[in-house]
Amino acid sequence: MAFQGTKINPKRFDKSQLKFYFFLIPMALFMVLPVVYIINQAFKPLDELFMFPPRFFVIKPTFQNFSDLWRTSSTTGVPMTRYLFNSIVATSLTVFLTIMVTAGAGYVLSKKTFKAKNWLFSVNQLALMFVPIAVAIPRYLIIKQTGLTDNFLAHILPALAMPVGLFLVKQFMDQVPDAVIEAARLDGANDWQILNKIVIPLVRPALATVGILTFQVSWNATEASSLYITNETLKNFAFYLSSLTNASNSIAGVGMAAAAGLIMFLPNLLIFILLQSKVMNTMSHSGMK
Amino acid sequence: MTQARQLMNQLARKKENGTLGEWLAIFWLLLPYALMFSLFVAIPVAFAIGLSLTYFNSIQLPEFQGLLNYITLLTQDEIFLKYVLPNTFKYSLIVGPGGYFLSFFLAWMLAQIQVKPRTILALAIYTPSMVGGVFIAVVWRTLFSGNEAGYINALLIQWGWITKPIQFLQDPAFLMNIMIVVGLWSAMGIGFLAMLAGIINTNEELYEAAYIDGIKNKFQEVIYITIPSMHSQMLFGAVMAIVGAFNSGWIGVALSGSNPTPQYAGQLIINHIEDYGFQRYEMGYAAAISVALLLMVWGFSKLAYRLFSDR
Repeated sequence: MAFQGTKINPKRFDKSQLKFYFFLIPMALFMVLPVVYIINQAFKPLDELFMFPPRFFVIKPTFQNFSDLWRTSSTTGVPMTRYLFNSIVATSLTVFLTIMVTAGAGYVLSKKTFKAKNWLFSVNQLALMFVPIAVAIPRYLIIKQTGLTDNFLAHILPALAMPVGLFLVKQFMDQVPDAVIEAARLDGANDWQILNKIVIPLVRPALATVGILTFQVSWNATEASSLYITNETLKNFAFYLSSLTNASNSIAGVGMAAAAGLIMFLPNLLIFILLQSKVMNTMSHSGMK
Repeated sequence: MTQARQLMNQLARKKENGTLGEWLAIFWLLLPYALMFSLFVAIPVAFAIGLSLTYFNSIQLPEFQGLLNYITLLTQDEIFLKYVLPNTFKYSLIVGPGGYFLSFFLAWMLAQIQVKPRTILALAIYTPSMVGGVFIAVVWRTLFSGNEAGYINALLIQWGWITKPIQFLQDPAFLMNIMIVVGLWSAMGIGFLAMLAGIINTNEELYEAAYIDGIKNKFQEVIYITIPSMHSQMLFGAVMAIVGAFNSGWIGVALSGSNPTPQYAGQLIINHIEDYGFQRYEMGYAAAISVALLLMVWGFSKLAYRLFSDR
């Protein structure tokens, strides 16, 4: 029993754990403080937003900021709901396609044998160090050459190859025993069936993780809207939010920016809470050699 | 026995029949990823290297000029040498290794408590990493806003520490430090989750054995058991921390609202690329800076491999 206190992943509470709480709770509070702040800002009526001295917590919560935001449109006359719609469509398509693309590539790299396999995997591992902003210019030129400027696909295609995602899925698929796949093959299943009916269900946690990471990137992305797309009706919500805050010297803008920030944040949080156990499961196979 | 042999034969036949099919399957399954990877990761990098050897203003055709861009960057570009390079090193050395150490430390402490409170606290600590750039800019800009409605200014005035609001985000003396705080705040990302999972999954018996062998305290436990048994996660976390630190360079511009940042106080290498590429349209020169950035990330990652790899 004396050992209980010093154990990793303890089953019950012990006084010796208090010192960790003592440090962790203030850290956690610091981390969520800005989020709590934005939630309160979003529900503040106009007079509370500009109260002096400002109060952290909202006194009379109101949905005024949200309904204002809902009715706004950009200076070019595109309504806010259009940006939101674009974001929802682009993000759902990106998440779905990334999962499919990554599952296929991960299956090949994990379960097939061919010459270039190890080389391909190390190229992908090298690409983990890839910093997308560094090559914004060549990317822009490629998008221009392939005719994707002012095309909705510019939101989707550049995000589909996700080196971290492929890395995690491949590592996770390595845990699926080859015997399972061999057995299915003996029963006459082809690769497509094996992938769909056996491998994908078994690696669902890893695919969920890829889905979350893609969601975070795609939902928060402004790159395509600010660089590749000039047609205002094709831009996304994150871009609208950033233009809203850049022009927030208008008095009503502060509350609306907070409301929009909250709308940006909530889907991220909900999806992560729903899938967090799957993410942790995937992460335990994230080892790199 | 005969059954087993039959199975083996059947398997062998399947394999023979399937050679072409096998190749086609590999080809089609790999194709979408390979195509997108080439188009938006590999070719841009190659393109950047090629472009960096030219003068290119995006209107006329690129003009080959050898290593001139690199020579200019390292000898003539006063802003790069005086502000951008030191800023980038300061920012990424604090946010990279600092964030990495903090990630490990927090993950390790989280592993010492029970699962329910751990899940809640881990969620709180991971929160900043899921919110994305726009949100970060909105929150921190309103918190540090220079007028009296700025929350931090108002607090300081209320407590009587200052008499008139400080222009935090425009003042070179503050901007860099605020950027580092924000960078560290959002540094507990995917690497943090990986290390947390790694620590929780270390073999409990190892710890028991180690205590019998005479390990005396938590510190020795971490050094002799925890880190060695999860070094592959440590490596993954390190690479993610390095990439994250270089990738988050836009926050200076996001916070101050201008590129270049006030008196170049928060100018990092990524902002320098954008400044030359998208504002001055000196694409060749901007590409040379990009290549320098990629080399830096690669160099630091190599160092991480040296530290944590199996060999």
